[in-house]
Amino acid sequence: MRLLDIDDLHVRVDDKPILNGLSLSMNAGEVHAIMGPNGSGKSTLANVLAGHPGYEIIGGSIRFAGADLDGLAPEERAHAGVFMAFQHPVEIPGVTNMEFLKAANDSRLAARNLEPLSALEFMKKVRNLAQSLDLDSEFLKRGVNEGFSGGERKRNEILQLLLLEPKLAVLDETDSGLDIDALRTVADGVNRFHADGNGVLLITHYQRLLNHVVPDHVHVLADGRIVESGDGSLAHALEERGYAWLREDREDTPPARRSSGMRN
Amino acid sequence: MSESPLDIIGQEYSAGFVTDVESETLPPGLDESVVRFISEKKREPGWLTDWRLSAFAGWARMTPPEWAHVNFPPIDFDAISYYSAPKSLEGGPQSLDEVDPELLRTYEKLGIPLHEQEMLAGVSRAEPRVAVDAVFDSVSIATTFKDKLREAGVIFCPISEAVHTHPELVKRYLGSVVPRGDNFYAALNSAVFSDGSFVYVPKGVRCPMELSTYFRINEQNTGQFERTLIVADEGAYVSYLEGCTAPMRDDNQLHAAVVELVALDDAEIKYSTVQNWYPGDADGKGGIYNFVTKRGACRGAHSKISWTQVETGSAITWKYPSVVLRGDHSVGEFYSVALTNNFQQADTGTKMIHLGRGTKSTIISKGISAGRSQNSYRGLVRTSPAAGDARNYTQCDSLLIGERCGAHTFPYIENKSASAVVEHEATTSKVSEDQLFLCRQRGIDPEKAVSMIVNGFCKDVFRQLPMEFAVEAGKLLEVSLEGAVG
Ligand SMILES: Nc1ncnc2c1ncn2[C@@H]1O[C@H](COP(=O)(O)OP(=O)(O)OP(=O)(O)O)[C@@H](O)[C@H]1O
Ligand SMILES: [Mg+2]
Repeated sequence: MRLLDIDDLHVRVDDKPILNGLSLSMNAGEVHAIMGPNGSGKSTLANVLAGHPGYEIIGGSIRFAGADLDGLAPEERAHAGVFMAFQHPVEIPGVTNMEFLKAANDSRLAARNLEPLSALEFMKKVRNLAQSLDLDSEFLKRGVNEGFSGGERKRNEILQLLLLEPKLAVLDETDSGLDIDALRTVADGVNRFHADGNGVLLITHYQRLLNHVVPDHVHVLADGRIVESGDGSLAHALEERGYAWLREDREDTPPARRSSGMRN
Repeated sequence: MSESPLDIIGQEYSAGFVTDVESETLPPGLDESVVRFISEKKREPGWLTDWRLSAFAGWARMTPPEWAHVNFPPIDFDAISYYSAPKSLEGGPQSLDEVDPELLRTYEKLGIPLHEQEMLAGVSRAEPRVAVDAVFDSVSIATTFKDKLREAGVIFCPISEAVHTHPELVKRYLGSVVPRGDNFYAALNSAVFSDGSFVYVPKGVRCPMELSTYFRINEQNTGQFERTLIVADEGAYVSYLEGCTAPMRDDNQLHAAVVELVALDDAEIKYSTVQNWYPGDADGKGGIYNFVTKRGACRGAHSKISWTQVETGSAITWKYPSVVLRGDHSVGEFYSVALTNNFQQADTGTKMIHLGRGTKSTIISKGISAGRSQNSYRGLVRTSPAAGDARNYTQCDSLLIGERCGAHTFPYIENKSASAVVEHEATTSKVSEDQLFLCRQRGIDPEKAVSMIVNGFCKDVFRQLPMEFAVEAGKLLEVSLEGAVG
């Protein structure tokens, strides 16, 4: 079943073109990895999928689970099942993690006309999830990301992912800043999410996460479009050779063929 | 796509209905005869009539203060009526059973239970937690749990009644903290004050429940001038709450209250306000002018007074609950949340006057501005040469929502004590688009997100409120922010 269809997407920020005809498709239950140089537009893609109001879509379309995302507010996209783990999760001082999670979970349930969980049930659920991610329950009482270390923030993002049960997780460099054990913990969390038949779009710079969360497809994003797609071996090749060879290689290749995403 | 998620639209005020009761209302205008009329109406003793008249004479020579960071056309004091009372209350306060059901319904609608078996949260409890004095325009209509309080020796009644039942206490303390001529609005209040609450907690008594007064302006073109006096005798403790609302009207209405607190040796008074006067509509039309003088005197050693206020209402707020720390080692606290939206203006803060040795004060002020509102903190910390080892800590945080509002901080420090330590910290932050986007990405709608972020910002102050009111204050913020995000 098709989960995500991005077709010829063009996006601008402050009149500066950032995505230039990006196309990408994925099926439910698949893991896709996106790699690419700094500034190539990876976070932009994640933000646009989540409906960040700061980005202007000037062409192309995004279909998610059969429906056009155009015109949907960020919270509506979230309710439809789009989740984004932020590259740099922000702090919300004074709002405890627990309150925040409760508000998020309640609104998700309300969108489906379901009653909120009782406070007790909810706390139990969240505590269990926190434990599975090696997050001390102390973190639930602290302000959202307030004074969290980089790695703690990332684990907190995965906690939210597992709690909110979306259909698609767009993980923007969730592996950056994790120590070796945390990387494994986070990967386990992502794999659990994936095992439920959900889609994962992994934005990463490094092969190491892909050893734990094995991608079905790997794409290279450069200059605002997908310039190369392949299987897991592509990530290894990139790790060894960097991105330069792709550019050289591309000189004599018609861009049309290269830039189309996976169509399977 | 470039719509700003922080655009401001309208807001709803749920307490804005009018109660249809027949009232006796004085024609607008103020002169000596009006002062005499009010005093006569309340069958006051001669000393009080004279007190009022002398306040009036003082007021007539004064001009309104202009230093606050607020803007409004001059008030026509002759267009205001200075007395209004529901006809059914002619002849003084009655027992609860005799109160006009229409009035009781008003308070019910506002969520203020005047039936003694009902409690704030609407659930009956075995132990009463809050006693209420309800003031409707110029008179007190009912005071609950009087008997229960009397058992403990606590006096809690309308001040108009205390004048007759406890004249010696009223005479001793009235105007002893805020003198008749203290400032323009205090003088006006002293001349025409209508009603308000009187509390006396005797030596060594811990008041067995929260005391609460609820003020409601109903009549059009009527000013409300209530007067509250709370005295905690040696070693006594009392926690007092004040709430207020008014109907939605196109005209501005004046509210000029005076609150005086007196704490003797080892006594403690906790005074909390949830102020929700009608703020005017989204275009800035109508709303209450809230010009209030609130002051506490820590007269005794080791006494303590703390003001906690949550201000979401009024078109203009001008208010500086203060503490005069005369007793050695006395403690003054001020915890404030002031939220302004649309065209509201607030100039509020506190004064901590350190006179005694080892006195301590804490000021935590949280200002939230949305819409085109202007929110100012104005605070004075003064230590006299005798205030050895005085300490003050001030933290003053502003939160901006959107691009068109303003936050201002005016701290004044007058330190004359060589050994005093005065600390001031101030921050200004914004509800950032990134915070908002994080919430929305997690499925939380923008209004809920902003109110959650604002509640988080105010947490240090809400913690100071009695539990029932902390919940109410949170909800109030949510309502007041309605429309703060587009
Ligand atoms: N709000 C913005 N205003 C101006 N330029 C922006 C804005 N957001 C992104 N850009 C620019 O768009 C380009 C793509 O940024 P993006 O964050 O999507 O890159 P990225 O691929 O995620 O990079 P990294 O690997 O460093 O995270 C960059 O050149 C960046 O500077
Ligand atoms: Mg990025």
